[in-house]
Amino acid sequence: MTARRPRSFYFLATLLGLFIVFLYAPMACVYILSFQGPNGGMSFPMTGWSTHWYEVLFGGTGGQGMGDIAASFRRSIRLALIVAVISAIIAVSAGMAYRRKFPGSNFVFYSAITSMVLPGIFVGFGIALTFNLLGWRVNWFTSGIGAQLTWTLPFGLLIMFIVLGRFNPSYEEAATDLGANARQRFTDVIVPIILPGIIGIMMASLTSSYEETARTQLNVGTGNTMPMEVTGLLTASATPVLFAIGTVTTLFSFTLVGLTIFALSRLAKRRTMRTAA
Amino acid sequence: MRLANPIPPRIVSMIQVAPMALIFTTMVLLPLGLIFVVSFLDYDFARVFPELYLGSWEDVLTSQLTRDLYAKTFKFVAIVWAVTALLGFCIAYFLAFHVRTMTVRLMLLATVAIPFWTSGPIRAVSWVPLLGREGLVNQALMGLGITSEPLSWLMYSEFAVLIAYVHLLTLPMIVCMVNSMGKIPPSVIQAAQDAGASEWQIIRDIILPLIRPGIAIGTIFVVTAVMGDAFIVKQMSGGQVNTATMAIVTELNAFMYPPAAAKSVVMLVIVLALVGVLLRFADIRKELQR
Repeated sequence: MTARRPRSFYFLATLLGLFIVFLYAPMACVYILSFQGPNGGMSFPMTGWSTHWYEVLFGGTGGQGMGDIAASFRRSIRLALIVAVISAIIAVSAGMAYRRKFPGSNFVFYSAITSMVLPGIFVGFGIALTFNLLGWRVNWFTSGIGAQLTWTLPFGLLIMFIVLGRFNPSYEEAATDLGANARQRFTDVIVPIILPGIIGIMMASLTSSYEETARTQLNVGTGNTMPMEVTGLLTASATPVLFAIGTVTTLFSFTLVGLTIFALSRLAKRRTMRTAA
Repeated sequence: MRLANPIPPRIVSMIQVAPMALIFTTMVLLPLGLIFVVSFLDYDFARVFPELYLGSWEDVLTSQLTRDLYAKTFKFVAIVWAVTALLGFCIAYFLAFHVRTMTVRLMLLATVAIPFWTSGPIRAVSWVPLLGREGLVNQALMGLGITSEPLSWLMYSEFAVLIAYVHLLTLPMIVCMVNSMGKIPPSVIQAAQDAGASEWQIIRDIILPLIRPGIAIGTIFVVTAVMGDAFIVKQMSGGQVNTATMAIVTELNAFMYPPAAAKSVVMLVIVLALVGVLLRFADIRKELQR
């Protein structure tokens, strides 16, 4: 059935093509210009190709306000890993709660929606203010993690809604009929089935924690996180070293996303093979 | 025979949801309450006094400056919403109804989604080689003889802010709309075609009414992102454009908590009211579970 394409097809296809160019053009410039020659500037033309700006970045010898990228990277990753694990545990637990009706379910759900739609700056400001009024010092481990959870948990809960909304209760009933107790039902039946969702929550939390600034900024205490450090560099430096940073951090984010997709597709494949067998 | 679970299921659920409830209460609701309280307090350059002072509110509610800032914010919201909704609809419609195989559809969606995972600061600096004075766009325009000198309003301007917003926020619109469009049974479209409806009639009378929840949720993303943003405005306008949220951030950085709090309360009320209205068009839980 190869019906002729209507004229709107060609118009919309062109529009999508232009949109994709619009989406990719800025970052393409960043990748190309990161290999700018040592005397080149932040715009085209290229004055030769070199890895000079990467050497400046990793050598730390540029003295161009490179700050302490490695330390902020470590801080960010440590924060992101902890936030990812906590988010997954709390979100899975809450998701399980929503399989039944209970008093307060609307309260928690609308708190989550509020937390998600409120501009991050105000949530961050509120937490910093609360700590300030209580006389506590903001610290990455308390206010920092707390601030990030307000951002990752709503998404975690929504992902659990998606996953458990599609969960077929007959598996669980079968397990009960075979004599499984509540704990066995959870670890041997439910968790394996919703595992892709749990991985999804962890990776979504990991990446959003790693990129978050609005809520984190006022609450992380001493020491910058990665995006704060990079923002600082934007104002401190005006050389292609910024593009080298951009290329490296983007490569890192894409690796994370790529690994998630790979893990999820492996899981899906194993599952279809098992059902086919 | 196993004994019945001694704890009633409702209580189990409440225990399971407790950690999440605790985080939202202590990290979102309590802080919002304190913002409200502090907006009524007196302050000097170093700290906040526990004394009633209505000056912050008087300032917010009566000054012309506040109105100008909100005018600018709402102008951005309106333009960005209109552009992302139109562009998002065209692309979503193409992906859902013109692309014939699921594989191609997913590949195109992934292509559109990948740039979304670029971090904010990097994204901001990436516009310089394109829109800057010596950027590619200016080089092209001058090379083609369209302008004789570089256009200065391409970067560090309102135009640049809008471009950055559209670049970032079209994707949520597309995803929400494609998701809603995917739920329209093909037979409905087929029936309309058989009855002789034109493509435009199908869009206007069938697709648009049926994707209202998707449009509503996409709109929530776009509106809240633009209203709460201070970073893109600052980076892309080079600090030349001021919005309501920018004004709050400036006061925060100066530790002027009460006036910042009063302005925040106004902003939060506006955002929550908008979201409340938009949620009337979409039941988020139902959208996710189908």
